[in-house]
Amino acid sequence: MRTAEEIQVLLEQVKDPEIPVISIRELGVLREVKVEGDAVEVVITPTYSGCPAMDAMQEDVEQVLRKAGIANFTVKQVLSPAWSTDWISESGRQKLLDYGIAPPPHTSDIRALKGGVPETACPQCGSTDTELVSHFGSTACKALYKCNACKEPFDLFKCL
Amino acid sequence: MKNEEALFRYAVRMGDNSLVLGHRLSEWCGHGPQLEEDIAQTNIALDLIGQARNYLTYAGEVEGKGRSEDDLAYLRTDREYLNVHLVELHKGDYAYTIARSFLFDAFHLALQQALTTSTDERLKGIAEKAVKEVAYHLRHSSEWLIRFGDGTDESHERAQNALDDLWRYTGELFVPDEAEEVLAKAGVVPHLKDIQAEWSATVDRVLKEATLKRPADGWMASGGKKGVHTEHLGPMLAEMQTLQRTYPGVEW
Repeated sequence: MRTAEEIQVLLEQVKDPEIPVISIRELGVLREVKVEGDAVEVVITPTYSGCPAMDAMQEDVEQVLRKAGIANFTVKQVLSPAWSTDWISESGRQKLLDYGIAPPPHTSDIRALKGGVPETACPQCGSTDTELVSHFGSTACKALYKCNACKEPFDLFKCL
Repeated sequence: MKNEEALFRYAVRMGDNSLVLGHRLSEWCGHGPQLEEDIAQTNIALDLIGQARNYLTYAGEVEGKGRSEDDLAYLRTDREYLNVHLVELHKGDYAYTIARSFLFDAFHLALQQALTTSTDERLKGIAEKAVKEVAYHLRHSSEWLIRFGDGTDESHERAQNALDDLWRYTGELFVPDEAEEVLAKAGVVPHLKDIQAEWSATVDRVLKEATLKRPADGWMASGGKKGVHTEHLGPMLAEMQTLQRTYPGVEW
């Protein structure tokens, strides 16, 4: 028998298939684990309505649970409350940065909410002399930037 | 019309609007005028199709006849599709695609914002998710419309022509059908005239910056909400549904 916290830790093995350095727990996609007797319920929430990684993440969760010998489980997808980039943990933000993706501005940053472009530091060289190329990058959750200092392109995890 | 039937038709309408526009935008995949736009349109299409899945899944549950999102998307004829005409029109040139998206996005954002306070938990949940995505869609289409309108003579002319052509399809957005009336009266969904006021303000603000003229209101097309469509929808559905029609029940 495992506690909800132990299962949360176990599920840190499940990574975002499109950003394989960050776990679904750090990403905030893993919302809740409920344990009642030997029944386990895992609640996950999509980042975007059309996120194609969601089904893969659900399957990975199921596989990890099965491997751990947990047979009686359900994985539920919920939409509400809607996922926000503010739910990405501090360690998650650092891992994004190390992976070359600028972490999202916080939604409390008024410029991000009002449609302005907040100052974004290049994850490669750290310069803030950067420029938005497109609001839509390699996936729905990222915007494409370029750094005017080191001339490298990079992704920004969009504020949502 | 009973609330349950109205809710089914409403969820189907919302799903169909997103699905049909999403499919149209996906036609730019591999054909975008530049790589970044190719990627942007397919990302937006993905958001819309994701929203459609949420709505059609819900519609199937409300109906209670065991129809799944896929049954509703792939096995209905054009007469059973309840989307507005605006979203089904061909993709046209890039100014036409952008102008259409802008006119729809401005409507869609105001509507989704209002739906985040719906008394129906599912409509509320889907809207809470969708509203943030649609805000990005409107930002994208507004910026491009401004770039075209306030760009070269050629881009200005094409954007103005697109707006003039599309204007007659905007009236339908704000004329409620019976399902929308029933649900608005019950306080489940917003009144479309309130959405129209917000849409109109967004349109005026962006067209001014784009140096484009707001077309005069004239004759307005309608029919999509009751399943009577333009000649554009049939061929689109034929393409979209061909696999399920040819090999019923196939999975991959």
